Amino acid sequence: MTVQDGRRGVAVPTHGTAPLQEVARRRWPWPGRSRPRPRVNRGDWKPALLFLLPWIVGFAVFTAWPVFYTAYLSLTDYDVINAPTFVGLDNYERLVQDAGARRAMGNTLFYTALQVPLYVLFSLFLALLLNQAGRASGFFRTVFFLPNMTPPVATGVLLLLLFNGQDGLVNEVLGWFGINGPAWTTDPQWVKPGLILMSLLSVGGSVIILLAALRNVPQELYDAAMVDGAGFWRRTWSVTVPMISGPLFFVIIVNTIAALQSFTEAYTAFFGVGTSTYSNDAAEFYAIHIFREAFEFLRMGYASALAWLLFVVIMIITAIQVVVSKRFVFYEGENR
Amino acid sequence: MTTPRLGLDQAAATVPVEDTRVPDGRRSWGSRLVRGVVVLLLLAFSVLFMYPFVWLVSASLKPREQVFDNRLVPENPTLANYVSVWQEAPMLLWIGNTVLVTVLAAVAVTISSAMVAWGFAYYRFRGRNLLFGLVLASMMLPGAVTMIPVFLIWNSLGQIDTLTPLWAGNLFGSAFYIFLLRQFFLGLPREIFEAARVDGAGHWTMFWRLAIPLCRPALVVTLIFEFQAAWTDLMRPLIYLRDSTNYTIPRGLKALLDRYGFGGEWHWEIIVTASVITTVPMIILFFLAQRHFVSGIATTGSKG
Repeated sequence: MTVQDGRRGVAVPTHGTAPLQEVARRRWPWPGRSRPRPRVNRGDWKPALLFLLPWIVGFAVFTAWPVFYTAYLSLTDYDVINAPTFVGLDNYERLVQDAGARRAMGNTLFYTALQVPLYVLFSLFLALLLNQAGRASGFFRTVFFLPNMTPPVATGVLLLLLFNGQDGLVNEVLGWFGINGPAWTTDPQWVKPGLILMSLLSVGGSVIILLAALRNVPQELYDAAMVDGAGFWRRTWSVTVPMISGPLFFVIIVNTIAALQSFTEAYTAFFGVGTSTYSNDAAEFYAIHIFREAFEFLRMGYASALAWLLFVVIMIITAIQVVVSKRFVFYEGENR
Repeated sequence: MTTPRLGLDQAAATVPVEDTRVPDGRRSWGSRLVRGVVVLLLLAFSVLFMYPFVWLVSASLKPREQVFDNRLVPENPTLANYVSVWQEAPMLLWIGNTVLVTVLAAVAVTISSAMVAWGFAYYRFRGRNLLFGLVLASMMLPGAVTMIPVFLIWNSLGQIDTLTPLWAGNLFGSAFYIFLLRQFFLGLPREIFEAARVDGAGHWTMFWRLAIPLCRPALVVTLIFEFQAAWTDLMRPLIYLRDSTNYTIPRGLKALLDRYGFGGEWHWEIIVTASVITTVPMIILFFLAQRHFVSGIATTGSKG
């Protein structure tokens, strides 16, 4: 039995009494207790606890405690072998002066600021195309998602191969048009653009999300807009974009958070055992910087301070996006 | 953050996105032209998306000097690179490690997340919204913040250089999957469970024999997503694994890149071939579970 939820205008299942008796008469395959015991389950803490226990334990051990412990570690010197020694705000002072951290943060912000808009626009573009493709869209959807299945390490390797300055495929193709391609993997100026271009291959997931949203836009809205004489661009801008603004915002937020933490592709392609011979400052993202401080140089205290700064930056950027989006995101049913 | 209780229509969202707008038979020349241009553009992008992989496979069949010759069909295709990768690295061992880790990780996270999701979806108790708010909040926490203490936990348990840290954390559920599965559980009609209760089913029976079978599509999505995540992970193997016999495939590929690339003379044929071996299982998984991927991803974004 369902009841109309007036606020959202959708049918919501309830547990009414009539169907309950109806269903209860059927025999269930498991050995039941001899006497049925109808019960109301309001305030059911005990059985709920049985199911929630894994998460409660996991949250306490793997999330809550670590958050407080990194906060504490960030005030210490700690190399895993010797006990942490309290140093006050030294790590944060050092963070402010650390040119490496500043460069890493700069790299990360530069990458995010460029990659996210390109990535979202490209996925929106592909989703709009797919939405027009009719029956063929299933095939193309599969093709576009395929690169998402490549392990990021392999993507890193592919980056080194395809964007190779001398004999990489990208520069060869550019050569056909008479363009002398840059040394993508060795010229510090071109390292991040190369990483960004490579990342555009994995838009598949966002394309699918946006395509599903596009499919949910009621055709009547387009028909009405057509009657009103709206052209293609006007329809896209005034009907499509507002109607998919929720999922669009989701894609933007998720990709921003992911971009701020990007690690694997850049680490694979530009860092390794022989880092001293092949280190590349231009590719050192903030997550890589934290990783190296913690696990290569065993400066756990300093790395904890770095991690906290990343946390704060992500929170600020996400908060800004949420506030800004309030003006643009339109949720269906909100104003009915 | 309040999450609206979703109706049965939510379950319908698990159906793969299919074409709802079937061409209506007669079309004007203008719209046929548009359709033609769209398909041509999509074909061009498809080539762009597929080419790197075709290129990679083809390069793995070429001898070292020709890896970069950008010819799609190798002159003299040879499997020699695969043989030499097999000799250079304990590939079979790495594959075995990876399969073990990914299967354990995926099964563990699916069962535990389903339990927690069920606890949040079915039971009403004080503080439920607060707790669920914590689940959602933990999704926003960057991995870097918890990375070091979690490492210290496994270190103090003596689990460094074992495969345990790569999957055992999954026994406690994961916020994203809890959120996803809870939505599915909320879509199930409550009458079924009330009736089962009346018939004397215990809490565990209700979960294991009713809720779980009813949300199989969502569980498959969770399994596949986590399998992919665990298979492709590089950072945790970098942190936890020392001895090369414990490596997973991505970690092994990175080691090969370090040895045959950055370490000195570039042996591209080995790196390329190992990349193909790392990627192929994912591609196979993709073709087996393509529909689930699409439906799972389409559902995640719809909540906004």
